[in-house]
Amino acid sequence: MAVNSSLAPVRRAGAASGRSSLFRQSVRRLLHNKLAMSGFVVVLFMFALCFVGPLFSPYTDNKINMAMMNKAPGLKHWLGTDALGRDILTRVMQAGRISLTVGLASMVLSVFIGALLGAVAGYYRGVADQIIMRVADLLLTIPGLPLLFIFGALLSEWKIPTDYRMYIVMLMLSIVNWPGMARMVRGQMLSLREREFMQAAVVLGLRDRRKLFNHLLPNIIPLLIVMATLNIGGAILSESVLSFFGLGVMPPTPTWGNMIDAANNMIDFQQRPWLWIPPGLSIFATVIAINIFGDGLRDVLDPKQKR
Amino acid sequence: MPETLLEVNHLKKYFPITKGLLNRTVGQVKAVDDISIRLQPGETFGLVGESGSGKSTVGRTILRLTEKTAGEVKFKGVDIHTLPPEELRGLRPKMQLIFQDPYSSLNPRVRVGDAIGEALLDHGLCSRSDVRDLVLETLESCGLSSYHIDRFPHEFSGGQRQRIGIARALILNPELIIADEPVSALDVSIQAQIINLFSKLQQSRGLTYLFISHDLSVVEHLCTTIGVMYLGSMVETASRDELFRHPLHPYTKALLSAVPIPIPKLKRERIVLKGDIPSPANPPSGCKFHTRCPFAEEVCRSQVPVFRDAGGGHFVACHLV
Repeated sequence: MAVNSSLAPVRRAGAASGRSSLFRQSVRRLLHNKLAMSGFVVVLFMFALCFVGPLFSPYTDNKINMAMMNKAPGLKHWLGTDALGRDILTRVMQAGRISLTVGLASMVLSVFIGALLGAVAGYYRGVADQIIMRVADLLLTIPGLPLLFIFGALLSEWKIPTDYRMYIVMLMLSIVNWPGMARMVRGQMLSLREREFMQAAVVLGLRDRRKLFNHLLPNIIPLLIVMATLNIGGAILSESVLSFFGLGVMPPTPTWGNMIDAANNMIDFQQRPWLWIPPGLSIFATVIAINIFGDGLRDVLDPKQKR
Repeated sequence: MPETLLEVNHLKKYFPITKGLLNRTVGQVKAVDDISIRLQPGETFGLVGESGSGKSTVGRTILRLTEKTAGEVKFKGVDIHTLPPEELRGLRPKMQLIFQDPYSSLNPRVRVGDAIGEALLDHGLCSRSDVRDLVLETLESCGLSSYHIDRFPHEFSGGQRQRIGIARALILNPELIIADEPVSALDVSIQAQIINLFSKLQQSRGLTYLFISHDLSVVEHLCTTIGVMYLGSMVETASRDELFRHPLHPYTKALLSAVPIPIPKLKRERIVLKGDIPSPANPPSGCKFHTRCPFAEEVCRSQVPVFRDAGGGHFVACHLV
């Protein structure tokens, strides 16, 4: 993975002699990091639970059952039911699908936008750099959460159909998150292009394409992987916050955030903890696990970034 | 007289000193101030001087890693600094640079074989199927083994990395190699190996070197002609034997008297220079060396000495010679 296969014969012959690539070395070191691996296992578990779990549930997330309102956890409903008699466990799993999808998709989008713009700004500098980074600075000067609130309020004002809101929430989160990405990538680019091996590339007369894909990109990918991982956690959290305030994904589509919001009164809070503890714990476990895994990744891939 | 390979005429490189919000230029660092060099094929020109004298900037400006301020650089009669980028790229393989720091001059994520072979592919000098053989051949001529080809730079020692850097330059079959203090980051025992490699390669391939160094004993071993720089200007140029036997400029004399010699009991006259090299942003008037020169006179403070022939191709810039 380290470089494009520019010298295919070299590569093949090397693989036969069993030499280790940088990538494989990193994976091996990651496997030895117990904390990071436990984070990874929890993340995997959450994904499996949310995407496979509902298939085995006898209930559906929006099936209303008036006979079973607000039942405490029991044999029939392992985590109890809500005010409309819907099974909490099924809803938590379904909500996880939405939350994780939103987290992943907005991460992909913000990494893509951020890395692309950051790389362009850092590599070409000049006017492009000025324009991109001033826009990024502008977005960074506005606190993220209020900005999201305003976006969310606008969506409600414009009466966007609830089915589409999930996608728009992804977009909103990416708009808030890409400037941070772009800054990191730009900084990395700026420092890389001054390194001596890039001057060597100039003296060797390498093409721009090779400089970019074989020399700069492989040095940025570890940073991207780490940032992307940590970004998922943040996106899930932001989505939950938005949904909790009723500005993100709308009921009846369940997300962890709006499930907690549904228990947003004293009686539910004090007497029916099964309404808010499962989605709350899910958010907590997922975000913590992703962050622990991301930190482990950072230690392995990007030792210089260690705080 | 064979054709001149490299001709540097009155090269100047000033770096602006900017200040404030609007980047006003408030001064200039005269890193290279009117340097002329001529290199014949097969020659080795040693450029010496203390830190901050602008030797590295000369090398970098010749190769257009930084843009010149004035003057011209001609490689085989072609002015490098006016060439359009694509033509310059085509000329790149003919003139190569070897870096001072073997640690930062290799990309940590590129395999040695790729690092050495990629320029060949990019210039279309070699087909994809032949690259590996050529890389192996070059590795071996630089004293490395064939099994090193698939390793990453971090698996090598400093001396080995410098050999990789040399191989990377050499595989393009260059005519001119600018070596920017190629051994100063290495242990003394390794230095000898690398210097011997340089002279071996010169004999087998007829290379021309511009060898930048602050180590006079290295330069004496390798170079045919030597130029001494002080604060961005050339103060003395002569053939090696002439310079070491009859140094004319007081600065050269001081440098030579500082070279350690392996005879402990020999007493000799040391010329010890006082103070540091002055700032190139604000160089002294007249002769730039007068602030530290033990023989300075009134004329040195007011008039810039002319760089002139003192007989037999021995050039010097000093009023007192």
